[in-house]
Amino acid sequence: MQFHELTLFDARKLLDAKDISSVDLVTALLERIESCDGEIQAYITVDEKGALASARKADERLANGDSTPLLGIPVALKDLLCTKGLATTCASRMLEGFVPQYDATVVEKLKESGAVILGKTNLDEFAMGSSTENSGFHITRNPWSLDHVPGGSSGGSAAAVAARLCTASLGTDTGGSIRQPASHCGVVGIKPTYGRVSRFGLVSYASSLDQIGPITRDVRDTAIMLNALCGHDPRDTTSANVAVPDFTAALDEYETQGLKGMVAGIPKEFLSVKGLDSDVEKAFYHSVKQLESLGVEVKEISLPHTDYAVAAYYVIAPSEASSNLARFDGVRYGYRDTEAADLIGMYKKTKSKGFGDEVQRRIITGTYALSAGYYDAYYGQATKVRSLISQDFSRAFEGCDIIISPVAPTPAFKIGENVDDPLTMYLTDIFTLSTNMAGLPGISIPCGHGKTGLPIGFQMMANRFDEMALVRAAYGLEQTLALENCFPEM
Amino acid sequence: MLFEPVIGLEVHAQLKTKTKIFCNCPTTFGAPPNANTCPVCTGMPGVLPVLNRQAVTFAIKSALATDCTIARESRFDRKNYFYPDLPKGYQISQYAFPIAEHGHLVVEPEGADPKRIGITRIHMEEDAGKLIHDPGRGKSMVDLNRTGVPLVEIVSEPDMRSAEEAGAYLRKLHAILKYIDICDGNMEEGSFRCDANISLRPVGQEEFGTRTELKNLNSFKHVEKAIRHEIQRQTYILEEGKKVIQETRLWDPNKNVTRSMRGKEDAHDYRYFPDPDLVPLIVDETWIDAVKKEMPELPDARKQRFIADYSLSEYDAGILTGSRQLADYYEEAAANLKDKKQAANWIMGPVLGLVKSQGLAIETIPVSATELSELLLLVEAGKLNAGTAKTVFEEMIISDKAPLAIMKEKGLEQVSDQSELDSIVMSVIEANPKEHDAYKNGKTKLFSFFMGQIMKQTKGKADPKVVTSLLKQNL
Ligand SMILES: [Zn+2]
Repeated sequence: MQFHELTLFDARKLLDAKDISSVDLVTALLERIESCDGEIQAYITVDEKGALASARKADERLANGDSTPLLGIPVALKDLLCTKGLATTCASRMLEGFVPQYDATVVEKLKESGAVILGKTNLDEFAMGSSTENSGFHITRNPWSLDHVPGGSSGGSAAAVAARLCTASLGTDTGGSIRQPASHCGVVGIKPTYGRVSRFGLVSYASSLDQIGPITRDVRDTAIMLNALCGHDPRDTTSANVAVPDFTAALDEYETQGLKGMVAGIPKEFLSVKGLDSDVEKAFYHSVKQLESLGVEVKEISLPHTDYAVAAYYVIAPSEASSNLARFDGVRYGYRDTEAADLIGMYKKTKSKGFGDEVQRRIITGTYALSAGYYDAYYGQATKVRSLISQDFSRAFEGCDIIISPVAPTPAFKIGENVDDPLTMYLTDIFTLSTNMAGLPGISIPCGHGKTGLPIGFQMMANRFDEMALVRAAYGLEQTLALENCFPEM
Repeated sequence: MLFEPVIGLEVHAQLKTKTKIFCNCPTTFGAPPNANTCPVCTGMPGVLPVLNRQAVTFAIKSALATDCTIARESRFDRKNYFYPDLPKGYQISQYAFPIAEHGHLVVEPEGADPKRIGITRIHMEEDAGKLIHDPGRGKSMVDLNRTGVPLVEIVSEPDMRSAEEAGAYLRKLHAILKYIDICDGNMEEGSFRCDANISLRPVGQEEFGTRTELKNLNSFKHVEKAIRHEIQRQTYILEEGKKVIQETRLWDPNKNVTRSMRGKEDAHDYRYFPDPDLVPLIVDETWIDAVKKEMPELPDARKQRFIADYSLSEYDAGILTGSRQLADYYEEAAANLKDKKQAANWIMGPVLGLVKSQGLAIETIPVSATELSELLLLVEAGKLNAGTAKTVFEEMIISDKAPLAIMKEKGLEQVSDQSELDSIVMSVIEANPKEHDAYKNGKTKLFSFFMGQIMKQTKGKADPKVVTSLLKQNL
């Protein structure tokens, strides 16, 4: 087996056994990036020097008998996460050349755990999009089919894992931005409960919805990554001060107890949406059967306010974005237009030239929704819908442990297919964004392939802070499905 | 037609916390530009605010001192607008759910009856930075040291009816915030700022007229002057049958006029909405109780206590409770004295004279309250009289020596010994037979002549009480 093929778990074992070194692993991945990323373009920045230096340090520690869960493991970060001394662009011209003086808390935690940062991955500009086509720099291609999108907005992070350009990566999920690209690229992605992972150093798109999570080859790696990422952070007061379990214990729980007695709900509103691809539907029900075979009781449930979720989401997220992105004004850092004669002109030109179309569209939408005279009808109303959605879930979880659904209505679409149709693009988030609205955890794991060979994902959602149930059920399904040809040939 | 002014004040008070409201940067005034900044207060990407609990404690104090109801749950909102001194493009403030509401102050405008002024609300917010314009280079620079310094905004009800009432309210509020030690009250440095809302209405009419907002009022005097001027301006307009325009006006302290700054149509739409980066602020009973324990006695209560416990006059008690430091000074100086009134007289006389002449604060004058107390104890013990005590006090200002040492060194200890004074009295009477005869013939005014002669001989050290009785016996 080649080094780049290793899962995190296997790499850990080999590193600890001194069968391989971190430098070996990092070098293999850097070579792989060199040879394959020209096509995929998953990365915005590759930090070859920094990665090799930390790999050498990791090897020294390993040689001293030291071991931490991620020691020497090469990971990639969505370029929305601040990295001290390493350019952080948010895939926006606005932040070209911006180098933060601080690490995001998750980056600190990864480094503390010994991880090696390979580089920063591509995304839709400021995480606004579902295809990574809105990057201010370049599009990223789906490793399974180069003329398809990898999904988004964490498309670079998902494609990098699928193409084996890193061992694991981090994404961020505001309305499905981890789960949908994971689904489109055939990898595992989890959005933890809102508050589970610190947002400090994550460049905010919509603060009340954003959450950081890992993208990995398999569920076991996800559990290992969660252990490293979760926990209260005094620098983020929205991060929850709740105990963090050992998520790998959920794997053992499955091994010893299976899934018997678990109740899974299928929201009837999800499966009746227009435009649900038949391959997606087929793969979904195939997995449902597997779950039933494991003793899971599957029943229909109702999330009655699903119809309003997309509309409410596309009011709340842009409203917060319109304010969050106000700081990019050309005054202190990032891009500044130098042609304007006065302050207002400088603001206008800087923002018009620095931000791409989709970002401007959402800033304008959000500004409108918060304006005097419109606030109640838009932002106020959307907030009410949001609490109704939360209540829907609370009620549903009274009768089930997990809720299951497809991740996206279709497998990955073709590059350019939806770019001129933002509304269709927005609707592709329908299965994922409700969990963000309710602050719940959700995981996407591969559950098959469509006729075109593109991967299809299966989503599981759980109650707040019950990632253990997700990991356990997802691991069970993964083991039972035992998919072949898990990764694209490259 | 007779018009009645309706005035409401908005006060921004900087809280005296060591660090800023949402980061750990120091709040020291006068640091080099941008020295007191970090990624949080300069609005770098990805950073998050963390609320400073000390700032909340101070806001609770302001609420307790103004009889406000403290919200058990309040919230921070974003006030969105663009300006280079506002790094995030929004100011974090409290809009929909402020920390405190429904308070009041009782003010006593000079020569008028006490009046209750309602306080609508107190909310917390962060200060903005400032721009420094350099016309020479055609550039403007941004200094973000002040960005994120905690403020409370205290909004009054439109309860004031004259510039004097507004002035009295402002002075009272200022004194209270300094009293509870949450704001240094420096108006020049901008740590206590005031905007005034003014409208006029025909006397007897309930409905308010159109108001204007006055800004840039950075001293008590300017506040009163500007309000008086604005009342006059609006009166002219209304008397001419014209309409007041709703607008924001800037006070020009050099020309003593107000100028239009922006009209209603230019008013910002701040697009307030709850800040999703901050959880609701929960202030529970335990917190409030802990703050209550830290609260000093407020000026009004202290004044009443001074009147009751120390038998001071209303006027004296009012002056001595004018600031917390002065009241502390008084109580410390008077603590060991039997005659509390004596200490009051000394402080309102020579001590405040010293404060004025040296331009110092009461807590930094060269004569401490303890030292004054030592001096006055000597007076009470009959070792110094009014005159010699004054001499010792003068010396205390310039030397570090204790009053007792000064008294001894200068030989000022009062002579009260009967036999010693008796011989002096007799010799003075004998040396002035003419005056003695005149006294005996009814010119009793000459008593003070003899007293003076004796004091001259004893260099003022003779105990006037003993001398008086001896003179009465022997003349
Ligand atoms: Zn700071």
